[in-house]
Amino acid sequence: MIESLLAPWHRALSSLPFEWAGYEFMRLALLAVLLISPLLGALGTVVVANRMAFFSEAVGHAAFTGIALGVIFGLADPMWSMIGFALVLTLAIAWVRRRGGLSSDTAIGLVMAFTVSLGIVILSRGGDFARYTNFLIGDMLAIAPRDIVWLAALGAGSAGLFLLFFNRLLLATMSPSLARSRTRHAGAAELVFACLLAVVVTCALPWIGILVINALLILPAAAARNLARNTAGFFGWSIAVASVTGMVGLIASFYASTATGATIVLAAMVVYLLTLLRRVVS
Amino acid sequence: MHIPPEDAPAHQGIAPHRCGECCTTLRGVTARRNGVIVLEEIDLHLHCGELTAVIGENGAGKTTLVKCLLGEMPHRGEVHFLDAARRRKDSPVIGYVPQHNSFEKEAPVSVLDLFAASLSARPACLGVSPAVRQAALAGLERTGADPLVDRQVGTLSGGELQRVLLGLALTPVPNILVLDEPMSGVDHRGREQFYGLLSQLRREYDLAVLLVSHDLATLARFADRMVFLDRRIVCEGTPAEVLHDPQVRAAFSLHSLS
Repeated sequence: MIESLLAPWHRALSSLPFEWAGYEFMRLALLAVLLISPLLGALGTVVVANRMAFFSEAVGHAAFTGIALGVIFGLADPMWSMIGFALVLTLAIAWVRRRGGLSSDTAIGLVMAFTVSLGIVILSRGGDFARYTNFLIGDMLAIAPRDIVWLAALGAGSAGLFLLFFNRLLLATMSPSLARSRTRHAGAAELVFACLLAVVVTCALPWIGILVINALLILPAAAARNLARNTAGFFGWSIAVASVTGMVGLIASFYASTATGATIVLAAMVVYLLTLLRRVVS
Repeated sequence: MHIPPEDAPAHQGIAPHRCGECCTTLRGVTARRNGVIVLEEIDLHLHCGELTAVIGENGAGKTTLVKCLLGEMPHRGEVHFLDAARRRKDSPVIGYVPQHNSFEKEAPVSVLDLFAASLSARPACLGVSPAVRQAALAGLERTGADPLVDRQVGTLSGGELQRVLLGLALTPVPNILVLDEPMSGVDHRGREQFYGLLSQLRREYDLAVLLVSHDLATLARFADRMVFLDRRIVCEGTPAEVLHDPQVRAAFSLHSLS
């Protein structure tokens, strides 16, 4: 069923005169990149505009504890425990922020240090941590057809939810009180977005890697901010930069035999520096 | 500073038209922050066609009062909105103009995007329909800000941004217009123009306006009523009455002027 859905994609790419296109794992990886990158690019606009970069970094790092919980509960696939823990963490940070006791970067820093340490302590019992290092740098080439279906469903669901709340998020970014006066549930929109971000980041982690995923969220949007003058431009540029650098990075990693996630980040970094140069010049 | 004599009429020029029917009532509004009372037993009526200025020192609870009105701050007591038919409205249209230095300036957001996000269900990131653009232009025209429609918000001057935000607050025409220190950081001429515009719009649309400000000199000329807040309402009345109150004079160091 899944194979027959993917057959046209494989046929089309196999006919390309490139070495990488001859491999099934590369064709699947390209499809995955084209699903993950635009989604991260889109969510990244709100992360950058709303100054949530440190939060998304913390959510990514919380995966250590998420994986550890999966091991403790004996789950075959730690993804569910990772998602569950990322959501718990998101709500915990939102609660600490709302209580206002700590400034939010201090609160996030504390929570991140705790979850990373806890995860590493549990996973390194018996000197076994090396088993989990593939989560650190990700493995895009290990993606299976079944994972593509999951990613497509995730992409469609989160894009829908994101667009539904987009206007409220935009107003809340500009001025929380203004958002409050114009729309209902402006505060809820931010919490929904934070949870959405946690789920998407966690689901993309095994392919991209804990260490670099945040860059894929921030770099395209930061580049787009240098180019755009309105919201549609910001959004469009961010998705375009994410998609193009995703493809270029994947193919470059094939020829250079490097980790895919990190190679994509370097490609995005080059684009960001070019946009920065353009902004400084103009 | 020019202070009008104590028996001066409430408003210079044309007396504001008042339908006298619709109003916003606060009764016994009390708010706490971290267990400390920051607003105590506020009773206040805001009538349409009337500009009520709230003055007070920093930390007197002015912004808290605004947040209670917007429903952003949990509080005890009641806030009622009555429309012209004396019906209770649970969700009145509130036009709100925020402090411009609390407004995000770095995001690449155009003036049109602000209107699109406020007026339309279509996500602003997917582009803006011609109908919403027309509505935005109509709103901006009320404050003479229509040439700014495609400008990026971060590139506007303080005065320009406030005219844009006022235009936005008037689209659709609200039941009550709330402004929180709209002119802090704006030069004298910009302030005069803004308050003049506000005064004119209030009459044109028969708006109930609540304005929080430090700007005593200008407010004395444009406000119909003044409220001096120091956690609770210390005194209220016409600008002349309030500005002659000894407590107000002490708080704002006006003693030397008598």
